[in-house]
Amino acid sequence: MKYVDEFRDPTMIARAFEEIRTLADPARHYRIMEVCGGHTHAIFRFGLKDLLPPNVELIHGPGCPVCVLPMGRIDDGLELAGDPHVIFTAFGDMMRVPGSQGSPLESKARGADVRIVYSPLDALKIAEANPDRQVVFFAIGFETTAPSTALTLLKARANRVRNFAVFCNHVTIIPAIRAILDSPDMRLDGFIGPGHVSTVIGCRPYEFIVRDYGCPIAVSGFEPLDILQSLVMVLRQLRDGIAKVENQYARVVPWEGNLAALRVLAEVFEVRAHFEWRGMGFISHSALRLRGEFAEWDAERTLPIRGVCVADPKAAQCGEVLKGVLKPHQCKLFGKECTPEQPIGALMVSPEGACAAHFKYRGAPQLVTLG
Amino acid sequence: MATAQRPVQFHSKQISMAHGAGGEASRQLVEGVFLPAFANSLLNPLADAATFLIPGGRLAITSDSYVVHPLRFPGGSIGELAVNGTVNDLAVSGAKPLALTAAFILEAGLPADVLREEVRAMATAAERVGLPIATGDTKVVEHGRADGLYISTTGLGLVDPRVDLRPDRVEIGDCVLLSGPIGNHGMAIMLARAELDVEADILSDTRPLTHLVAAIVEHVGGEIKWMRDATRGGVATVLNELARDAQRMISIEEEAVPVDSAVRGACELLGLDPLQVANEGQFVAVVSAGMASRALEVLRGVPGGEQACILGEIIAGPYSRVVARSAYGGTRVVDMLIGDPLPRIC
Ligand code: SF4
Repeated sequence: MKYVDEFRDPTMIARAFEEIRTLADPARHYRIMEVCGGHTHAIFRFGLKDLLPPNVELIHGPGCPVCVLPMGRIDDGLELAGDPHVIFTAFGDMMRVPGSQGSPLESKARGADVRIVYSPLDALKIAEANPDRQVVFFAIGFETTAPSTALTLLKARANRVRNFAVFCNHVTIIPAIRAILDSPDMRLDGFIGPGHVSTVIGCRPYEFIVRDYGCPIAVSGFEPLDILQSLVMVLRQLRDGIAKVENQYARVVPWEGNLAALRVLAEVFEVRAHFEWRGMGFISHSALRLRGEFAEWDAERTLPIRGVCVADPKAAQCGEVLKGVLKPHQCKLFGKECTPEQPIGALMVSPEGACAAHFKYRGAPQLVTLG
Repeated sequence: MATAQRPVQFHSKQISMAHGAGGEASRQLVEGVFLPAFANSLLNPLADAATFLIPGGRLAITSDSYVVHPLRFPGGSIGELAVNGTVNDLAVSGAKPLALTAAFILEAGLPADVLREEVRAMATAAERVGLPIATGDTKVVEHGRADGLYISTTGLGLVDPRVDLRPDRVEIGDCVLLSGPIGNHGMAIMLARAELDVEADILSDTRPLTHLVAAIVEHVGGEIKWMRDATRGGVATVLNELARDAQRMISIEEEAVPVDSAVRGACELLGLDPLQVANEGQFVAVVSAGMASRALEVLRGVPGGEQACILGEIIAGPYSRVVARSAYGGTRVVDMLIGDPLPRIC
């Protein structure tokens, strides 16, 4: 883990904080969004938030794949899981995410055959090992996880595995960022760009942020020093009055992305006309579905899926929190009806969800001053 | 004491896996269902073992059931766990184990060799600490009604007269000691379940803690104020229980937490916090500030205690919370585990 430790080095981190303090103009207030849930998690996990100058505010973005999944899709998936013939597989991330009838974990406790997999390939293996059962893989994630779903589908086709189907919920990050930038109640000064997604899509797709909205962005890694260095990049651009796409995570993210992965994505998936995002409504061209050639493995085409639309509980304000308009604790349900134990919104479930992260700090606002 | 300030309500309509995972949900089950029904002075502190005075000393009694899948895993097996786990509950109560009982629930169809092997594992583990398995019971249930083999053990021990373990003795400035590297058992089990295709050489840390505990009791005795083995829910959960029961704030140093590199790597990969991963051979002790370095020295001198450390301290603070401080001064809240640890992928 040597490589990682470098990016946790206390002296380097102290220096980066110092630089941020120098760059931040005390007369200004900076609102910088970290798009990716992985960054939100790291910011809390490493306690970075409280060490920033008070006028540098981090807004948590929509980049947590389970947080943006609408309840209806989960209900659809769990309806499939309820069939005793079906083995329902999903990532661990999904297990506690509530649909209107409970979470996958609760379905499992009620007797459904729900299994956690680490990769869609494992789900395919389960299908091969259980030829008399229908195996469904509940696919979620941005461009980060979509290539492995695509590769699995290619393999399913090559091996002629007929009892395997993908319920595709893959979403794409760019339309979501655009939706946020277009939302009237939003004002952002800059972005910390997603790290993992960018390893696939590269940095070029972010150019519209700079061009059309004049916002600086730095694609960032996930270690504390990565995030701070990205903040330095954004603040420096703001000081100099320029806007460009910078790549802090160049050790992992190629500017052009991963062409092989992009090719596989294009071979297997096509863009949906529109897709519902939890709390944000329908966003055009924001999700992927299987191409016609893969119809045989497409749960939406071969299995009975009703495509239900379930409204979130009225008082839940997940959308506003997702877009960064409200802070989690400003949601009416925060910490009352909605807790990590009994979550209403997915933002309260995932460790990458802004509400779960904030909940940990409930009632403990001035922790840093204690030591 | 361990009873919550406010009576806990149990709202769940049915039992879910989370209720057995040792975190917040388990606490609600125990305090919302069992405690109100059974309430008595022995149970109420909800300690690892109940202790009561008899002529000539203080007895400790504890009981635990073992359901683990798979039955054998790298570094141990259910039989070994069933002895060590109960022995450890006695040990961290400051008691020397005297005798053990064992009850078996067997599923029809269980290969006799599997049972024989686990019984042998139990015998070996019991011999290791010189403990007789004094009585037992066996039931067989129909095939499909149990997961091969469940074992339940009860342990009886005699509390060392020098120890007095109570959360209300815990004071600001006291040090929190940890016996060694964490996360091995939970990760070994998670990887052994083979649902996740992640390979790493991680062995369960299941072992008796008697000799380690005996050593610090011998040298610092009454200066130990609280002890617990960090099983389900990991160190994070026991520290949160301590924070709540003692109504104190606990600060630990992130850098001090000993984690083997394979465990750290697997945790990073699966998005888990080693502090929340189960152990079967580590304990946490609170020792007065003045005796903490002595206790550490003693622990490190015992085979198996070489990696013991001072994890943190009890600090002044308005919240009964656990916080971890990073090397560069960042602070995060260390929460109890909710449900089972689940790997994160995306
Ligand atoms: S507190 Fe719950 S309901 Fe409110 S925004 Fe967060 S997740 Fe949604």
